[in-house]
Amino acid sequence: MASYSAPLRDMRFVYHELFDSSDISALPGFEEATPDLIDAVLEEAAKVCENELFPINRSGDEEGCRYHQGGEVTTPSGFRECYRAYAEAGWIGLSSDPQYGGQGLPAAISTLLEEMVCSSNIAFGTYVGLSRGAYRAIAAFGNDTLKTRYLPKLTSGEWSGTMCLTEPQCGTDLGLLRTRAEPNADGSYRVTGNKIFISAGEHDLTENIIHLVLARLPDAPAGVRGISLFLVPKFLPNPDGDPGERNGVLCTALENKMGIKASATCAMSFDQATGWLIGSAHKGMQAMFVMMNDARLGVGVQGLGLSESAYQAAVEYARERLQGRSVTGTKHPDKPADPILVHPDIRRTLLTMRALTEGNRAMATWIARHLDLRERAEDETTRASANDFVQLMTPIAKAFFTDYGFDITNMGLQVYGGHGYIRENGVEQYVRDSRIAQIYEGANGVQALDLVGRKVPAHTGRYLRQFFHPVQSWIESHAFTPALQPFVMPLAKAFGRLQLATGHIAQVGLKNPNEAAAASSEYLRLFGLVALGYLWARMVEVALTHENGADQGFYDAKVATARHYMERILPQTGSLFAAIMAGASTMMDFPDEAF
Amino acid sequence: MSFGQSIIFNEIQGVSHQMKILVPIKRVIDANIKVRVKSDQSGVELNNVKMAMNPFCEIAVEAALRLREAGEAEEVIVVCAGPANGKETLRTALAMGADRAIHIESEDSPEPLAVAKLLKAVVEREKPGLVILGKQAIDGDNNQTGQMLSALLNWSLGTFISRLSVEDGAFHVTREVDGGLENLKLSGPAVVTVDLRLNEPRYASLPNIMKAKKKPMEELTAAALDVDITPRLTVLKVEAPASRSAGVRVHDAAELVDKLKNEAKVI
Ligand SMILES: Cc1cc2nc3c(=O)[nH]c(=O)nc-3n(C[C@H](O)[C@H](O)[C@H](O)COP(=O)(O)OP(=O)(O)OC[C@H]3O[C@@H](n4cnc5c(N)ncnc54)[C@H](O)[C@@H]3O)c2cc1C
Ligand SMILES: Cc1cc2nc3c(=O)[nH]c(=O)nc-3n(C[C@H](O)[C@H](O)[C@H](O)COP(=O)(O)OP(=O)(O)OC[C@H]3O[C@@H](n4cnc5c(N)ncnc54)[C@H](O)[C@@H]3O)c2cc1C
Repeated sequence: MASYSAPLRDMRFVYHELFDSSDISALPGFEEATPDLIDAVLEEAAKVCENELFPINRSGDEEGCRYHQGGEVTTPSGFRECYRAYAEAGWIGLSSDPQYGGQGLPAAISTLLEEMVCSSNIAFGTYVGLSRGAYRAIAAFGNDTLKTRYLPKLTSGEWSGTMCLTEPQCGTDLGLLRTRAEPNADGSYRVTGNKIFISAGEHDLTENIIHLVLARLPDAPAGVRGISLFLVPKFLPNPDGDPGERNGVLCTALENKMGIKASATCAMSFDQATGWLIGSAHKGMQAMFVMMNDARLGVGVQGLGLSESAYQAAVEYARERLQGRSVTGTKHPDKPADPILVHPDIRRTLLTMRALTEGNRAMATWIARHLDLRERAEDETTRASANDFVQLMTPIAKAFFTDYGFDITNMGLQVYGGHGYIRENGVEQYVRDSRIAQIYEGANGVQALDLVGRKVPAHTGRYLRQFFHPVQSWIESHAFTPALQPFVMPLAKAFGRLQLATGHIAQVGLKNPNEAAAASSEYLRLFGLVALGYLWARMVEVALTHENGADQGFYDAKVATARHYMERILPQTGSLFAAIMAGASTMMDFPDEAF
Repeated sequence: MSFGQSIIFNEIQGVSHQMKILVPIKRVIDANIKVRVKSDQSGVELNNVKMAMNPFCEIAVEAALRLREAGEAEEVIVVCAGPANGKETLRTALAMGADRAIHIESEDSPEPLAVAKLLKAVVEREKPGLVILGKQAIDGDNNQTGQMLSALLNWSLGTFISRLSVEDGAFHVTREVDGGLENLKLSGPAVVTVDLRLNEPRYASLPNIMKAKKKPMEELTAAALDVDITPRLTVLKVEAPASRSAGVRVHDAAELVDKLKNEAKVI
C-alpha cells in the first residue's frame, strides 16, 4: 500500500531558496506572509492532506459517487466529514480576499497546497478547485451584489462552485454552444439547456452549488462572440442569504469513468433556471478565459501532485522488493535477492520521475509567483510583464505537467511490476486519475495550439521576452562559472534549439498555419524541457552555495538529480527539434481515406 | 501528597471559571521519523531531523482547549523549556488555540527534575488552577515530570488519564491502570498527566495559524526564575536496541523443554 508524505523540504527550497520569497512578502497585503508563517501553514496543510485526505483516496476510488432517483448525488464514505473539516479549518479560503473571509495568502502558497491536495486525493481536490475557479470569475467580473452574496460562502466552503461549458455537441469548440438565456423583467435571466461532464455538478458536500454557465442571449451573434456567462445557483438565496427555493437545475446522470471516481461528473439539465449575468453580455468567453487561465495552472498541478505520489510510492517499493541480483555482483548476500533499487533500469526510472517532478514543482511556483506579482506589484510595468509571463507559460505548464503526470504515474506502476497493475497497491489508481488532466480544461493538443497560435505571436512576440530574456542573460552571466559548466552548456544548447524552432515556426506558420499547428505539441514539449533545464541549472546554483553545510544530503541530491536531467532528459530536445523542422507534410499529405 | 492540604488549597482557590490552565509542552523528534543514534554514541541525531510537538503534549493542549471552550477555564498558557526552536512548537500550540506562551530558554533540553522545578516557578507566577502534561515525552520516555511537579507543589495528582471533567468544583478523572480503569475525584489545584485515549487533538485552523503570530510569547530564563537546571545525570552511551536474532525451529516438545530449561533458563 502506497503512502504519502508531503515534500515540505523541497517546497521550502523552491519557495524560499530558489526564488526570493521576500519579494512576495514585500507586496502590499502580503506583509504577514513571513517565512515562519509560510512554513507553519505548509506544515499544517501537510498534516491534513496526509492524515485526512490521503486515507480516503483509495476507498473513494473503489466506492465512487452514487446517483439517486430525483437527481441527488452522494460522495463516497468519509468525503463529507473530510470536506467539512477542511472547509471549517479555512483551507478553501487560503488565498481569497480577507474582505470575504479569506486569509489573503499568496497564490504561490496556494499552489503548493493544491499540489499536496492533488497528491493525496485528487478527486477531493476537484470539488475545492472548482469553487476557487467560480470565486475568481465572480470576483473579477461579478457586480457588487453578486460578490457580497456569493463570495463569502464560496470562501468558507459552505457553498461550492462549478464551470458549465461542455455540451454534447460542444467540447473544445465552444462556438457550437446551444444553451440559451432569456432576460426576465427584474434583470435576472432564465437559462435553459443541457450540459454534460460537469465536475461537482451535484453532490452532498455543501448546502448549495453555484453553477457558472455559458449560454447565449437571444440577440447573440453566432460563434464564440455570442456567449455570455451566468451565475445559476442550485438554491436561490433568500433575502437573508440562506438557500431558499430550488432552482430549475437538475443532475440527470453521472458518468462512469476511468479515474477520479470520487469526483462527480454530471449531466446537468437547466430548465428555465434563474440566473444572473456575470460581466457584459456576449463577453462570457473573456471572463471564462480569465478563469480558465488560472484553472489551467491548477490542472497542471494535478499532474504534478500525482507525479509526486507516484514517485514516493515507487521509491518505497524499490527499496523493499527483492528481485534479481545486481549485474555487478550480489549487493545483499544475506537476502534471497537484491532490492530492485540496485538495477540501473529502476534507478533510471526513479531519477527520471524525480527530475521531472521537482522541476515541475519549481516551474509551478515560478508561474504562481507571477500571479501574485501581476495582482499586487506596485508598478505598472512589473504587473504587465508578470501577466505576459503567466500568459505564455500557462499552456506549457498545463500540458507539460499533465502529459508527464500520466507518464510518471505509469513509470511508477512499472516499478511495481504486476503488483502495480493489480489494484491492491493503489498505484494503478494514480495512472487512471492522472489521465483526465490531459483532456479537460482544454485538451493538451489545444494547449499547444494556444501556445503557437496565440501566445508566441501575441504583440509580435512580446510574451516570449519574459522567458527568453532572463534565460539568455542567465546563460551569459554563468557561462564561465566552472562549477556550473555541466549544467550551463547543455542548457545553452537546448535553448539554442528553442530559439531556432521559435523562429522557424513563426516564419512557416505565417505562410501555412498547418505547419505551426503540426509542430505545436513537439514545440510545447521542447519549450517545457528548456524551461525545466533553466530551473534545474538555477537550482544547482543555489545548491552549490551550501557546500558542507547542514542538510548537505538534500543539496547533494539536488545537484545529482540536475545532472540526470541534463544528461538523460534534456537531450530529448534534439529529437523534438528534428521533428519540428521536418514540417507538416507527412501528416498533411496523407490522404484522409488512407487512415 | 497530603489529601488534607489539597482541601485547604481547594477552599482558598477552588475550581473557578476564571481558572487558568498551564500546559507544559516538549519538542521532540517527529513520531514518524526513524531515530538514528549519533556515531559517537553521545545521543540521537537531531540535525536536520523533523521535529514536532510531543504527541502526548498535543493531547494535553487539546484537553485544556476543550475545558476553556466548555467555559470551565478562562485562559490556556503553554510553556516550553529548552533550546530556542521550542518557540516553533509553542507557536503550534498557539495555532491550536492556546492564549499565550512562555519560553524558558536553555542550551539543551533540561532533565525532568529541572523541568519540574522550572514549572513550579512558573506556577507560582501564573497561579493556574490546573496543570495538564503529557504522561511522557516520546524521546526519553521518562514519565516523571508531572509526578515530580505535583510533589514539589504538593498538589493533587492524576496520572495516565483517559477522561477529564470538572464537576462541582473538582476534577473528575479516569486513570488507565494495569488492572483496568480507576475513577478519581481530585480537589484543585491539581496536576494531571494525559494518556493516548483522552482525546484526538485538533488540527490548527488556517485563521488560527495566522493569529498565532500575534499572540504573546514571553521569554524567560532559568536564572530569572532562580532555578538551577544543571544536569544531574550523565549519559554514558546511547545504543540502538539490538536487532532480534532469527528464531529456531525445534523438532519436538522435549527439545523445547530442554532449551527453555538450559538455554533460556526460564523454567
Ligand atoms: C471527468 C471529466 C470532467 C470534466 N469536467 C468538466 C467541467 O467541470 N466543466 C465543463 O464544462 N467540462 C468538463 N469536462 C469536459 C472537458 O472539458 C472536455 O471533455 C474537453 O473540453 C474536450 O472536449 P471533448 O471531450 O468534447 O473533446 P473534443 O473537443 O471532441 O476533442 C477531441 C480531440 O480532438 C482534439 N481537438 C478538438 N478540436 C481541435 C482543434 N481545433 N485543433 C486540434 N485538435 C482539436 C482534442 O485535442 C481532442 O484530442 C469534463 C470532462 C471529463 C471527462
Ligand atoms: C494480470 C496479470 C496476469 C498475470 N498472469 C500470469 C500468468 O498467467 N502466469 C504467471 O506465472 N504469472 C502471471 N503474471 C505475473 C507476471 O508475469 C509478473 O507480474 C511479471 O513477471 C513481473 O513480476 P513481478 O510482478 O513480480 O515484478 P518484479 O519482478 O518484482 O519487477 C518489478 C520491477 O522491477 C524490475 N526488475 C525486476 N528484476 C529486474 C532486474 N533483474 N533488472 C532490472 N529490472 C528488474 C522490473 O522490470 C519491474 O519494473 C500475471 C500478472 C498480472 C498482473
